[in-house]
Amino acid sequence: MAKKIRVLLAKPGLDGHDRGIKVVAAAFRDAGMEVIYTGLRQTPPMIVEAAIQEDVDAIGISILSGAHMTLFPAILEEMKKRGAGDILLFGGGIIPEDDKIALEKMGVARIFTPGAPTEEAIDFLQKAVARKSSDEKIM
Amino acid sequence: MTVLDRFYEGDIRALSKVISYVENQQDRYRELLGRLFRQGGHSLRVGLTGPPGAGKSTLVNCLARAFLKQNKKVGVIAVDPTSPFTGGALLGDRVRMNDFPSDGRFYFRSMATRGALGGLAATTDNITVVYDSFGFDVTLIETVGVGQIELDIINTCDVVVVILVPESGDSVQTMKAGLMEIADIFCVNKADREGSDRLIMELRQTLDTRKKIENAWRVPVISTVGIQNKNIDRLIMKLEEFVAFQKESGKFEKHRKTQLKKKIENILQEKISGIILDKMKEFADFDKIITDMYEGKTDPYTLAGELFDRVSR
Ligand code: B12
Ligand SMILES: Nc1nc2c(ncn2[C@@H]2O[C@H](COP(=O)(O)OP(=O)(O)OP(=O)(O)O)[C@@H](O)[C@H]2O)c(=O)[nH]1
Ligand SMILES: [Mg+2]
Repeated sequence: MAKKIRVLLAKPGLDGHDRGIKVVAAAFRDAGMEVIYTGLRQTPPMIVEAAIQEDVDAIGISILSGAHMTLFPAILEEMKKRGAGDILLFGGGIIPEDDKIALEKMGVARIFTPGAPTEEAIDFLQKAVARKSSDEKIM
Repeated sequence: MTVLDRFYEGDIRALSKVISYVENQQDRYRELLGRLFRQGGHSLRVGLTGPPGAGKSTLVNCLARAFLKQNKKVGVIAVDPTSPFTGGALLGDRVRMNDFPSDGRFYFRSMATRGALGGLAATTDNITVVYDSFGFDVTLIETVGVGQIELDIINTCDVVVVILVPESGDSVQTMKAGLMEIADIFCVNKADREGSDRLIMELRQTLDTRKKIENAWRVPVISTVGIQNKNIDRLIMKLEEFVAFQKESGKFEKHRKTQLKKKIENILQEKISGIILDKMKEFADFDKIITDMYEGKTDPYTLAGELFDRVSR
């Protein structure tokens, strides 16, 4: 069996705009992925804990509230703290171009803004996950 | 240090990796399960099933909290359906599980059915072995939203809770087989809504008309309001009563032994049919056989017998 891509989608903070992430979730599912949706009001520790428990390849975050410059770094920090730095972090929402560049420099793999077709995100995720490899020995 | 070494140390990331390894049936997964199985046998497996939206996840949340309060370690497996068309799945049960401790006492894993039709994934049962050996006192298993006949849960649990809602009322009387027969406990959730009293009555009546078997467990019907955490203590009490009853009557052990018999038969079937099919492919040209059957030159009933005879010689 070909390994399924598993991706966690979450909305951090108090941001209640969930249309976009639901569109993305449905598109990822229809592309054959297993999408774990955690819903609204997630804190960075909750998000990273869920990602670890679900053993996902990637975490996708959606932020339309303007708080992206604090939330993305907080999630990256938490990932490092929990030894989950190998999980891919990406996201989207209302994010100005300058911030997008800054976030991608910080370690967010990619940011998708309104108008970006979901096919682009699917293609990005498939390629990025295919590049990941693990040399951990199971036993 | 291997993943398994870290698993034994209680590392949550390692647990997650082991689950994926088993779920994806990677190379040595049976050997791995074999090792884990021998350290297990202690976890109580509680199955929660019922129609879509009945409140399974909400009650899993309530039960998990209650068990945590009793100082038990709780693991959850929540199954949602895979699309048969795209192979993808939207796993949404986690939405109801916020604010749990992240100190290893609580663990939640979403699983997609990946083609299985019995309400669980084909590998769910194997994942309970992993949970057991990791040391969860209680394993809660949530099925997909079921109709009448997705009943795999009985092969994977020690106790089955069937969750219904007032809206199920109309169908209960006509539901003769399947779901209605597997309940050890009936839980009428959303008791804050109209119609729950009637459903409870109907369920009790239905149960009363069943043939009375001496010394049998009397299936209780209780009501809960999951979103208000109401009556969960009662649900827990019934669970505990049932487990005590099973243990005292020897049925607990008997039930597990029946499950183990099924399990080894399944593994053997998988292995044997794999070997036999491989062998057959050495001398039989399946493309040609299928065309012959299609054209009516031969038939599958006779042919299967002939092929099998050739292999077993
Ligand atoms: C619809 C909407 C609402 C609805 C939300 C309904 C819902 N359940 O989602 C309602 C009316 C509730 C609402 C309320 C508010 N809103 Co409003 N809202 C919008 C609006 C008009 C459209 C958003 C939307 O749904 N777009 C459609 C979806 C499909 O697109 P999307 O979310 O952008 O997602 C796409 C991409 O961004 C990307 N993407 C997004 N996330 C992710 C994640 C991943 C992993 C990937 C790969 C891609 C990806 O892919 C998606 C598909 O292409 C926007 C304006 C706008 N043009 O965006 C304002 C907007 C987002 N809202 C805004 C504001 C201020 C508010 C309020 C605070 C208003 C108020 N004062 O009450 C409240 C806050 C509510 C809350 N609790 O958070 C501001 C935010 C300003 C900011 N960021 O600085 C905006 C930008 C309007 C504006 N120009 O001022 N809003
Ligand atoms: N009124 C009322 N609503 C409830 C109750 N319990 C759960 N709900 C709501 O019912 C909806 C479905 O609940 P879930 O717990 O997700 O149901 P589920 O059985 O897990 O659903 P699936 O996994 O999708 O089959 C949610 O909106 C809950 O808030 C209850 O006791 N009363
Ligand atoms: Mg559910």
